[in-house]
Amino acid sequence: MSDSIVWIVLFPLFGAVACSLGGAMSKKICYPVSVLSMLATVWVSVDTLFQAIESPVHEVSYILGGWSLDLFPRGVGIEFRADLLGALIALVVTGVGLIVALYSKVPVQRETPGKEPMYYGLFLLQISGLAGIALTGDAFNLYVLIEVAALTGYGLIALGTNRAAAATFNYIILGTIGASFYLLGVGYLYLKTGTLNMVGIREVIEAHGLFDSPAMQVAFVLVLLGILIKMAFFPFHAWLPNAYCHAPTTTSCLLAPLVTKVMIYVMIRMVLTVFGVEFSFESTWWTEFLPWLVVVAIVCAAVMALAQREIKRMLAYLIVAEVGYMVGGVWIYNYYGLIGSVFHIISDACMTLCLFLGAGIILEKCKTTHFNGLRGLFAKMPLTMIGFFIGGFSIIGLPPTCGFFSKWYLITGGMVSERWEYMITLMFSTIVMVVLFFRLIERIHLAVDESGNNLGKGHGDLGLTKQQTRFDEAPLSMLIPLLLAASVVLLVGVYNQEVVNQIEVFLQPFNLPTGVKYE
Amino acid sequence: MNDPVIVEDIRPLIALLAPWAGMIGIIWAGEKRANLREMFTFIAASVQAAVVLSLVPIILSGAVVEFHIWQIFSHVPMLLRVDGPGLLFACVASVLWIATTLYAVGYMRGLHEHAQTRFYSFFALSLSATMGVAFSANLLTIYFFYEMLSVSTFPLVTHMQDKQARTGGRTYLGYLLFTSLCLLLPALSWCYVWLDGGNMTMDFMADVGKVGHFGETTQIVLLFLFTFGFAKAGLMPAHSWLPGAMVAPTPVSALLHAVAVVKVGVFCVYRVYADVFGPEVLAKMGGEEWAMVIASATIIISSLIALSQDNLKRRLAFSTIGQLGYIVLGAAIATDRGQGGAVLHIAMHACGKITLFFCAGAIFVASGKKYVSELRGIGRKMPLTMGAFMIGSLSVIGLPPLGGFISKWYLALGALDRDAMWVVVVLLISSLLNVFYLLPVAVTAFFRTPETEKDSSIKEAPWPCVVPLLLTAFGCFLLFFWSDTLLQMVGLQP
Repeated sequence: MSDSIVWIVLFPLFGAVACSLGGAMSKKICYPVSVLSMLATVWVSVDTLFQAIESPVHEVSYILGGWSLDLFPRGVGIEFRADLLGALIALVVTGVGLIVALYSKVPVQRETPGKEPMYYGLFLLQISGLAGIALTGDAFNLYVLIEVAALTGYGLIALGTNRAAAATFNYIILGTIGASFYLLGVGYLYLKTGTLNMVGIREVIEAHGLFDSPAMQVAFVLVLLGILIKMAFFPFHAWLPNAYCHAPTTTSCLLAPLVTKVMIYVMIRMVLTVFGVEFSFESTWWTEFLPWLVVVAIVCAAVMALAQREIKRMLAYLIVAEVGYMVGGVWIYNYYGLIGSVFHIISDACMTLCLFLGAGIILEKCKTTHFNGLRGLFAKMPLTMIGFFIGGFSIIGLPPTCGFFSKWYLITGGMVSERWEYMITLMFSTIVMVVLFFRLIERIHLAVDESGNNLGKGHGDLGLTKQQTRFDEAPLSMLIPLLLAASVVLLVGVYNQEVVNQIEVFLQPFNLPTGVKYE
Repeated sequence: MNDPVIVEDIRPLIALLAPWAGMIGIIWAGEKRANLREMFTFIAASVQAAVVLSLVPIILSGAVVEFHIWQIFSHVPMLLRVDGPGLLFACVASVLWIATTLYAVGYMRGLHEHAQTRFYSFFALSLSATMGVAFSANLLTIYFFYEMLSVSTFPLVTHMQDKQARTGGRTYLGYLLFTSLCLLLPALSWCYVWLDGGNMTMDFMADVGKVGHFGETTQIVLLFLFTFGFAKAGLMPAHSWLPGAMVAPTPVSALLHAVAVVKVGVFCVYRVYADVFGPEVLAKMGGEEWAMVIASATIIISSLIALSQDNLKRRLAFSTIGQLGYIVLGAAIATDRGQGGAVLHIAMHACGKITLFFCAGAIFVASGKKYVSELRGIGRKMPLTMGAFMIGSLSVIGLPPLGGFISKWYLALGALDRDAMWVVVVLLISSLLNVFYLLPVAVTAFFRTPETEKDSSIKEAPWPCVVPLLLTAFGCFLLFFWSDTLLQMVGLQP
């Protein structure tokens, strides 16, 4: 199918319409319709990815409405372009969407009873927006899709517990500020270059040598600032923990792995495709200092994660730290760092998904995700816990999970650029994550309580009642997606080379420094 | 050096996967069918040992066995390769696993321990990781299995699930993961990026000595990142996890903390010294002197600490730290006989020390005693156990005709090869200290009169506990008389 690239956005869009309209007649159709439309979407994204791999220029392009792009500067019409990076990210978005859609059956019924049509409508629109962000080749269209994703996100979060409304409001304010900055930056870009097509903008910059243009510099700062706010880069992270914590289970499972990661993708897209490597890294002196901001961001987020006593909130701070990893990987400016960043987008999406799915199951079965509710859970839900631990090991970076490989490339990148501060920060945050997860494992496996005392008599008596330790797994509709996500974490790790090869093909034309000393 | 013949064979992978298959059986059988469950452990252990032993003739004929699992990075494969030192280590670990299983059955049932299914499952898993380390062909593969071992032994160390176990487990993982993630990982990626134009395979055979392209300071920094990064080797000051991990049940202490885990640590260090740096580079870099000094200091200090320990298992733990120091020392000597002696010492010490731990556990099962001072006269009640303890002690001290003598002999020869007389002195002093902290245990047990009357009811531990320790004690003799084969495997004899 040559136009499968547009169907990645259209399938969920039509699914959303079907859910909202059809749901009015029967609420039961919402779940199957959304799973089916996600299945179709994943299928077309796989198809697009293979088209991009097989194409001689390694990209698939589709011009909406058939407007010509032959002019210079190119682009009046909106172009959908899937190069290897975009196609990979779109596959991640739709894949996560499918797993969460499968998972959603029980929690959606319980948390938002009677509102299924609305919920699934927003859910599918969200995926449509996020996938669109990964595929569009037009800077203004990107803004529209960011807003589509953001507005549906607000709705999805606001459906949560009673504090969700306040959290959403906070998110709206910060999200809107971020989007406005971005829009303003795009305005400058359009004024200066006369085009909105991403490749077109770079062609103009390079043709006219706009590297020192103050207008372009301002545009760059505004765009970057907007994206940093949107991706919850510390200190702009304030909206994230509350939003993900109070949102319904399915919402946090969908948003946490995707929203911040997709914004990192946007940053990489802006740096490489729109402004170009030369402009982004070499004509602005202050990008040298971004890794230091990253250091602050990772350290603060990691320390704040340590202070949490609730799984979802702890995971939310971990996401903020992970955002720091990826931003750092881009701005240390070398080949390995960028491979690390891109690969970390993929692997972080997988492992965050795994962890949030696990946290959702814990919430469903124990009615709480506070640390105190976890004592001895391994006996009760061994499979869930194995899935959850695999996600945790990946965050720590133990081989052969995918988290190890992304961390490997990031550390290598730090080494090549001799950014020791970034490397040491990565080490520090790794240790923090070891502490975080083994603290959970202690509670789950050893059943110690907050003060470190074991309430039982030892020798297998953990001070738990029979009922607490009886085998009582989550419903299959939740368990299977979790185990699926866990196996994806392992498979992406084992077959990391297949993914990294595609990233390498994508990065080849940009001539990034590799810093090899010994030939 | 001419390249050895490479034989493609799946047997290393079978040795690696046998414990996994066993684990599935163990979980399937569960607590309710305990005999069936133990049978699965025995089958897995026997299959593994048989497969490993069947590789011996191939290695003795001068070939190496390889098996390619999968490609980690585009030019770094996950590759299993069996060579002499690796096979020697694998033989020791897999044969002793059988003995330990028998012992564990006696010990765990004797004490009515809980969660035995979990215990046997993770035991199997850690043996799989140990095989992986023994058979790794490059640094990245070895790192994978090294981390797998850290994680899979955590449930064993914290088996008791109480406050003490929690503390021990925290120290254990804290040390091991901190060093492996913060020291080892940068060292690995350093080698990966900066050598061979980013195409470093980190292979133990093809890339020996390439580290020599680095500047001198870099080499020394790398050497220490590796030496301390493999904290399982228990080199001071990264040794405290080992006494802490003694909260585990004795079979775990015996196999993992005298044979598998710590030996994995020193084996990794040996690999780095012998097959990443290589004797030529190591001998002229200047950093190896420091490694020798640190190892010697570890030997002496830990022996002194062992003197003051009254808890028998703790005393043995510090003794282990000292003995591990020998192996690091031998590897750092950077002569053929020194490094060969280091590998031999892995086997010799394993056999002696596991006997000692088995005895300590047997005493605990039979009488509930943990302290050396409580052991007065116990030798008359438990003659077999304490007799084996005596033999184990003599082997660790290094007296002929026991295995420990051979390895110490080669370590000393290796030191003389590089004119390091002081190393020989260190070896002598430490042997003397070994005598001081090990022999009094046996002497107390045999020659002092028991204090209280109620001790008179003590008798030997159940037979599954006693048989393995007699076998391993006998093994100490065998290792002495079969040392020809071992020397051939580590390449000290044609």
